[in-house]
Amino acid sequence: MDIFFYIAAVVAIISTIMAISERNAIHSLLFLILSFLGISVVFYLLDAPFIAALEVIIYAGAIMVLFIFVSMMLNIGLEKEQEKKWLKPRMWILPSILAAILFVDLILALRNTPIIVVEKQIIQPKQVGISLFSTYLLAVEIAGILLMAGVIGAYHLGSQKKKVLHRFLEKE
Amino acid sequence: MLTIPVESQLLFAGILFFLGLISLLVRRNLIFMLMSIEIMFNSAGLVFIIASRHWNQPDGQVMFIFILAVAAVEVAIGLALILQVYRHFKTLDVNEINKLKD
Repeated sequence: MDIFFYIAAVVAIISTIMAISERNAIHSLLFLILSFLGISVVFYLLDAPFIAALEVIIYAGAIMVLFIFVSMMLNIGLEKEQEKKWLKPRMWILPSILAAILFVDLILALRNTPIIVVEKQIIQPKQVGISLFSTYLLAVEIAGILLMAGVIGAYHLGSQKKKVLHRFLEKE
Repeated sequence: MLTIPVESQLLFAGILFFLGLISLLVRRNLIFMLMSIEIMFNSAGLVFIIASRHWNQPDGQVMFIFILAVAAVEVAIGLALILQVYRHFKTLDVNEINKLKD
């Protein structure tokens, strides 16, 4: 089973690298969907099949499709000269080195932490549901309020104001 | 059953997180910046799932569901803002969007 984990992880990492280095927004989003599918395989292998299904349906199916629709609406295919200038090695080398230093720091911290081994038993989705609606009931309601605020905010921000060409044409 | 040590699973999540961080620092297009935030959200969720499996607790998976809700709201609001910015400035380059400064 281990080899499947490594294959899915390598696919996810490679497609994420392609997604962040691609110039074309649509190609980049498609690579990102591939990366999310790889992560969902990893979720399945980590004994969380329900979460894997949610990842495919909500992340790859809903959020990324929203991204693709917006980038098609804005009609951004290839980027302008400005971004090309920013993608020169001189510009990305320092942030990458700093992020790599943080990454090595994290790995060293992980290696120095003792790992306690607990014997494994598979968590069923039923347990997740019971925990979600008993212990975390308040958090579920707060998430619902957040979603409603998100809907109203997105509607308000996304609504297009009518352009009036002359003030005589303006409605009272 | 996986027999992979938990360190290498966390390493995978860490690699994804830092790829997202690099992308957020380097890219100057608003859509790409929102995408890299998504990558980082996802790797944080992956860490929750790994921890949930390691400790045999369902709480990690519950947290992933909350992360999913927050990510969905964030994307909806962020994309609406991006639409407005594009309508106003005709560009998505964050270096061009500095009208507040002048």
